Amino acid sequence: MTILLFIEQMLNGLQFGVMLFLMSAGLTLVFGVMGLINLAHGSLYMVGAFAAAAVAAATGSFVLALMASLAAAALAGALIELTVIRRLYDRDHLDQVLATFALILIFSEGTRWMFGSFPLFLDVPKVLAGPVTLPGGIQYPAYRLSIIVIGLVVAAGMFALINRTRVGIRIRAGEADREMIAALGVDIAKLYTFVFALGAALAGFAGALVGAIQSVQVGMGEPVLILAFVVIVIGGIGSIKGAFVGALLVGFTDTLGRILLPQIFALFLEPSAAVSVGSALASMLIYILMAGVLVFRPRGLYGVA
Amino acid sequence: MNVTALAVLLGVPLWALAADEPFIITLATRAAIFALAGVGLNLALGTGGLVSLGHAAFFGIGGYAMGILASHAQAFAPIMEAPFLIEGTKSMPMIWLVAMLSSALAALAIGALSLRTSGVYFIMITLAFGQMIYYFAISWPAYGGEDGLSIYVRNEFPGLNTLVPMQFFGVCFVILCLALLLMNAIHKSAFGLALSAARQNETRVLSVGMKPYNLRLVAFVISGAVTGLAGALFADLNRFVSPTMLSWQMSGEIIIFIIIGGVGRLFGPVIGAMIFILLEHTLGGLSEFWHVYLGALLLGIVLFAKGGVIGALAGREKAHD
Repeated sequence: MTILLFIEQMLNGLQFGVMLFLMSAGLTLVFGVMGLINLAHGSLYMVGAFAAAAVAAATGSFVLALMASLAAAALAGALIELTVIRRLYDRDHLDQVLATFALILIFSEGTRWMFGSFPLFLDVPKVLAGPVTLPGGIQYPAYRLSIIVIGLVVAAGMFALINRTRVGIRIRAGEADREMIAALGVDIAKLYTFVFALGAALAGFAGALVGAIQSVQVGMGEPVLILAFVVIVIGGIGSIKGAFVGALLVGFTDTLGRILLPQIFALFLEPSAAVSVGSALASMLIYILMAGVLVFRPRGLYGVA
Repeated sequence: MNVTALAVLLGVPLWALAADEPFIITLATRAAIFALAGVGLNLALGTGGLVSLGHAAFFGIGGYAMGILASHAQAFAPIMEAPFLIEGTKSMPMIWLVAMLSSALAALAIGALSLRTSGVYFIMITLAFGQMIYYFAISWPAYGGEDGLSIYVRNEFPGLNTLVPMQFFGVCFVILCLALLLMNAIHKSAFGLALSAARQNETRVLSVGMKPYNLRLVAFVISGAVTGLAGALFADLNRFVSPTMLSWQMSGEIIIFIIIGGVGRLFGPVIGAMIFILLEHTLGGLSEFWHVYLGALLLGIVLFAKGGVIGALAGREKAHD
């Protein structure tokens, strides 16, 4: 494999990683602050993608589509927080799993009802449709490159929000001791709704960005949700930094594994066997990574005990 | 009420036999098999308090045990020739044994890792391992990959013609009853009491010198084996196994059987599975999008009726501990 191809795959891994971060950031915040496991996070990702596809089809503007994805997902997030999620904070995890599983069923079938079973397509904006040439002569799709940039900017924004602003202080205080900040006069119910809607908006935004590369369809959220769980388990629940490191680890491991493993097996197996063994193993690689992290750090890389 | 549940599950197919409605018998068989899968999970989830969102892995492994053994037997190709010969088989008892052993082994590996954690980590990790096996089945081409694996004729049980719906239902029903007896015995045993105690108060169990980790691991393995057996029967019912059996929606559905009936109740999964099949059949006939109603119903049960159907009828949320 040439060095150029390797760098291109590294960029793909990075792009996958920052998208996973957008998904995981909301999940890990919601868990850290409210102690809630939210299976319906993947549905918010789907809501964002569908909203973007619908607005793009109606107006033809990609920027409007992205804004619609943020708004729709945040709105859907706030709505389910106010009606359902709010009742689950002091329930046990089983109830949370079941209620959010029920929300997935409602969201998925509801979306199928509204939009039909066929996938929608969201076109990459014309400006970003072609490749760009990076230093060193690497050709890389401009759209994927801008996803990386947007993702990194959002990640930086999240860090700034959590570490530098008043809302961030409250969020961190909510993770540490929710009775205390309620006693200090912070409206904890509003804070929870805000955190949930923020996480939802990030998930919906990720859905819209990825929707332009893949297709927009019902059930697109759940595979990403499960990957986000892997990211959180690796990074440690509640830690934004852990989510970032975990997301990049998973992104690189998955992308490079799919390319490298079949080639490594080709060194000592016949070609067809190498491809099947290599790709089967590559599909399991991130879970093996997760198991490895668990053996040494059961609370994840940045988790607190 | 428990007797009533079994009587209904047995009575409906008997009536269907008299009325010559083989499809109803198949539905009842599905209900019995789903109930068995739920009974398996209920030991981990209800008694042990281990919310496993990856039990489809064991259900699917049981299914694939059936698919692999039977497909080799029907092709007359041994599974392995060196270092020793392993042939496929069409014999149900043999298939059940292999299904239970292989899913128990998988449960041992997954449980040993996942039980190092608890709470929400455990949920996410069992889900992730389940997904790992799902993707493995999809990308491993030898046994059909994404398309799954069909067998032409249902497997054989000595002395029965399993292709007759009522006889196959009988097999599944008897196995379900045996599993319920086993679970009842476990509940009353010292092991069952200790497992239940580990759920309620881990510190006390530790302080009397028992290891919750070991108790939970044993429960998880037994639970996986029973669910695996259900998977083998389910694959035999459909004469088809595919990665769908391993999907995480399947894990969610097995939990739903338990929740509808009532968590930690011996007969919860039986009643839950019967209601699920009834809903699937009636709502599924009304609307293609019946999962919306299922979701709304589930949400209602979780938010407002915590004890499930048995809990509501008994007027008590929790079973006696």
